[in-house]
Amino acid sequence: MFTVKESRFLPMPFHSLLLFVVWLLLNNTMAFGHILLALFFGWSIPKLVSILKHGHPTIKRPWLTVRYFFMVMKDIITANIEVALMVLGPLKKLQPGFAAIPLDITSDLGVTLLASTISLTPGTVSAEISEDRKWLYVHALHLDNADELIAQVKQRYEIPLKEILGC
Amino acid sequence: MLTWAVIIVAILICIALFLNLWRLVQGPSLQDRILALDTMYINSIALIILYGIHMGTGLYFEAALLIAMLGFVSTSALCKYLLRGDLIE
Amino acid sequence: MATWLEGLIALVLIIGGVFLLIGSIGLVRLPDLYTRLHGPTKATTLGMAGLLLASSVVSSITQGSISVHEWLITLFLLITAPVSANMIAKTAMHHDLTPWKRTKGQELVDPASRQAPPSDHHSVKDGKLP
Repeated sequence: MFTVKESRFLPMPFHSLLLFVVWLLLNNTMAFGHILLALFFGWSIPKLVSILKHGHPTIKRPWLTVRYFFMVMKDIITANIEVALMVLGPLKKLQPGFAAIPLDITSDLGVTLLASTISLTPGTVSAEISEDRKWLYVHALHLDNADELIAQVKQRYEIPLKEILGC
Repeated sequence: MLTWAVIIVAILICIALFLNLWRLVQGPSLQDRILALDTMYINSIALIILYGIHMGTGLYFEAALLIAMLGFVSTSALCKYLLRGDLIE
Repeated sequence: MATWLEGLIALVLIIGGVFLLIGSIGLVRLPDLYTRLHGPTKATTLGMAGLLLASSVVSSITQGSISVHEWLITLFLLITAPVSANMIAKTAMHHDLTPWKRTKGQELVDPASRQAPPSDHHSVKDGKLP
């Protein structure tokens, strides 16, 4: 098990990495000076803003995160082809529907990631969350069986996300 | 070959933009119009990127990035306005 | 530029363009707002990814060095597309937009618009904002 420790030198390591990558992408270069500048920004900006945030989401399983990312990418492509066929196909066969998914994830980041993944992948859009954060309302473009959809979402996305965030 | 592909894709995106415009004018609800605007800005980013490929320069990248950011902010601001009737509480 | 590479880029470009068009066709063709949301969030995102991939490869070749900053836009759209779709759906539910008549589970719209759990959909029926 790998946990990211809260250190004083790098208070938000993932944000630092993201800032580093985004700076290099924005300037579209790998020049030495820009790498130095990116390192400086990646170190200084999180240090300046870390006082402002409360609640520290940690990533418990980094390799599972990478696997989850590629699985979602693959699902996005297959879901897109499905949705494209449904959009172009006959409207008479279309059976849209609402479903309420019971949530086990409790953290803010977990719910946000799950809702975004659901919106991007299997022909569903997440629409609303109940105030007690126990139910996520989704709209599916083609809903055969609500229980099947709920089971699929829980098994495919929620369990890995729970493991990644450790909550 | 690439020149032809760029022209064909430009035509496809222009048709898409016209369809979005139709939805924007037609409505029927305000949310439909917001959705049409949202799709429209994504399509215009695509058109700008395509123009960049056509001219062979990377100069249009910054414009595309700016439209992406402004478009997202305006979509969420419009939704927030419809939800609460107020932007800053 | 090698012919096979040019052909591949052209293919990716056209696939991207077709997906963008499909997203917009969905926007016009589908029956109600909730179904219309699916076209732009999914098809358009994939279309943009294809176009930006092609653009990245083309500018890498013409500049002679690897150009990856197009991926910044793809990343940004991947993060923002579900958020804006969610906000539009939320707004529609709070304004009590009636879904298409064939939609399953329509009784869920009422508790969702009050952010309540799905079980108490018959307790309060006025459907106003809390």
